[in-house]
Amino acid sequence: MIAVFDSLAPILAAMITAATPLLLAALGEVVTEKSGVLNLGVEGMMLVGAVSGFAVTVTTGSHAMGILMAACAGVVMALIFAFLTLTLLANQVATGLALTLFGTGLSALIGQGFVGTPIPRLPELNLPGLSDLPFIGPILFSHDALVYLGLAMVGAVSWFLYDTRAGLVLRAIGESHEAAHAIGFSVLGIRYLAVMFGGAMAGLAGAYLSLAYTPMWAENMSSGRGWIALALVVFATWKPGRLLLGAWLFGFVSIAELHVQGLGLRVPSQFLSMLPYLATIFVLVLISRDATRIRLNAPACLGKVFHPDA
Amino acid sequence: MNRRTFHKTLAGLAGAAAVLALTAGGTSHASAADKLKVGFVYVGPISDHGYSYQHDLGRQAVVKEFGDKVETTFVENVPEGADAERVVEQLASSGHKLIFTTSFGFMNPTLKVAQRHPEVFFEHATGYKRSANLATYAARFYEGRTVVGLIAGKLTKSNIIGYVASHPIPEVISGINAFTLALREVNPKAEVRVIWVNSWYDPGKEAAAAKALIDQGADVILQHTDSPAPVQAAEERGLWSVGQSSDMTRFGPKSHLTAIVDDWSGYYTARVKAVMDGTWKSQDTWGGFKDKMLYLAPYNPAIPKDVVALAETARQNIIEGKRHPFQGPIKDQSGKEILAQGKTLTDEQILKMDYYVEGVQGQIPR
Repeated sequence: MIAVFDSLAPILAAMITAATPLLLAALGEVVTEKSGVLNLGVEGMMLVGAVSGFAVTVTTGSHAMGILMAACAGVVMALIFAFLTLTLLANQVATGLALTLFGTGLSALIGQGFVGTPIPRLPELNLPGLSDLPFIGPILFSHDALVYLGLAMVGAVSWFLYDTRAGLVLRAIGESHEAAHAIGFSVLGIRYLAVMFGGAMAGLAGAYLSLAYTPMWAENMSSGRGWIALALVVFATWKPGRLLLGAWLFGFVSIAELHVQGLGLRVPSQFLSMLPYLATIFVLVLISRDATRIRLNAPACLGKVFHPDA
Repeated sequence: MNRRTFHKTLAGLAGAAAVLALTAGGTSHASAADKLKVGFVYVGPISDHGYSYQHDLGRQAVVKEFGDKVETTFVENVPEGADAERVVEQLASSGHKLIFTTSFGFMNPTLKVAQRHPEVFFEHATGYKRSANLATYAARFYEGRTVVGLIAGKLTKSNIIGYVASHPIPEVISGINAFTLALREVNPKAEVRVIWVNSWYDPGKEAAAAKALIDQGADVILQHTDSPAPVQAAEERGLWSVGQSSDMTRFGPKSHLTAIVDDWSGYYTARVKAVMDGTWKSQDTWGGFKDKMLYLAPYNPAIPKDVVALAETARQNIIEGKRHPFQGPIKDQSGKEILAQGKTLTDEQILKMDYYVEGVQGQIPR
């Protein structure tokens, strides 16, 4: 099994890159859900972010502009969702699903002219000295800006939610919007902001896919990662720290199964393809066995429509 | 007006509408008889710039050749399975007289629709089931793999070749085997590692698979999947790659050695003509370099001249029948000889191939 150990460093390095889109999208969704809004449209927002980022990078030649525009595209998609569900009081689940379908189709339409166009990959930031460390160097210190952004956002989101007053207010709205409204907080206003943040993060996740992971545009290139991100939010019981672990677990299993095949180990490839999803389902089932824990951790007003009684 | 009158008027209108529709349908049928409607079903997007794109180029050749006499319809991104049957049925029921279904997984859906529509002609790519109105066609992709195997054998330094494969069907397996046989002919120490991504088109997974193979030491990346992701992955690490189905040079200008490109234009125009002339018959067409159903993209200028010469000689020999991609001796993975010197595998044996030859690591997933 020395061969497996030799592969460990590249597997871990690849795991971090594979986990990044999941992490970015899921962090955005955590904030959205903590405010009480269930946005199932992550996949659609990711795809629109991916195509927008790609299109802008192709036309302007700047990755930074592409990333910025991808986040903006995500915000616009999220605003559509927010308007429909928060102002027009539409059903959040149905609207989220519709947003996914819409985003998938819209991204395919926008992307038609860009398929087959190659662009340079988002460059890796090589931190002098750190990148050359023998084992840890390639794993931790040779990634591009968005990977580091994802890792930094774990800390930032955690800090925001649990160590700031604004985060407390957001969580309060997610737990009991009636009470928060009674105290005088703007439930709709804060939820709008939370949904927009979720959209921006999903857009960034999409941009990572089309600018760094595989620098190209292909229809449906997120391949279900948006749904995995949604599952990861529950998997992590809405805690950013656990989200990182969940994303890494999924990334690890996805990459390891490819390495296992390449090494010629005798496990059927179809089973290995299923593994990441099986692992996620397994952990979700484990967590859900304890119904109280889910109830304790899930925002109490998740998915509930807010009718101000004033 | 009372209810009775209302119902009578409604019935009258409906009747009039029905008569109108029938006559209108009749007249349009008369003019449609002049135009041959040809349908194309693609498994991926034509923007894949790969497999489905090449099929669409074939369709465009038909349009160019026959102009006003044909009307073509294409449906892309059709998943293999039940949805495919719906799409083929819709084409068959809407006046299309010739329908091309371009992926292996469309085999059973096409057969079912063909049985229900004996007046329509069906052409299924890369399959093996035929009927009176269902023909099959494919290109001998493995001929291209032989030539590429010789190039890879000469250029590899690590003696490990990475192969990003899609589904474990005989077409893909025979490609891997033909490649490996040629590879080890010029480099007996080289080995091939295969990763099955279980999809024809999934750029993220293909890229991850290519990178995993590279991390395990491969310095030439082959693929039987339709996106340029593996070529890109090889380009980034400064290694070699071979494109699939169409020229993928712009995704890997330094790494792209060549590509095995499908060319369906000749076949498609010939079949459309056969329907127009009334000479269409169900048959199996399996063309290679000789029949111009496939060709190799321009060689990377970085390939040494003697390697190019070796490759070109092999290609010519295949065209002239002097070299067969599956000529003996062939040993399977356990070292047992399954084909003696001087013999060649029959078409039927190639179509049913379900084993790896010596030099390929791992097992075929069942």
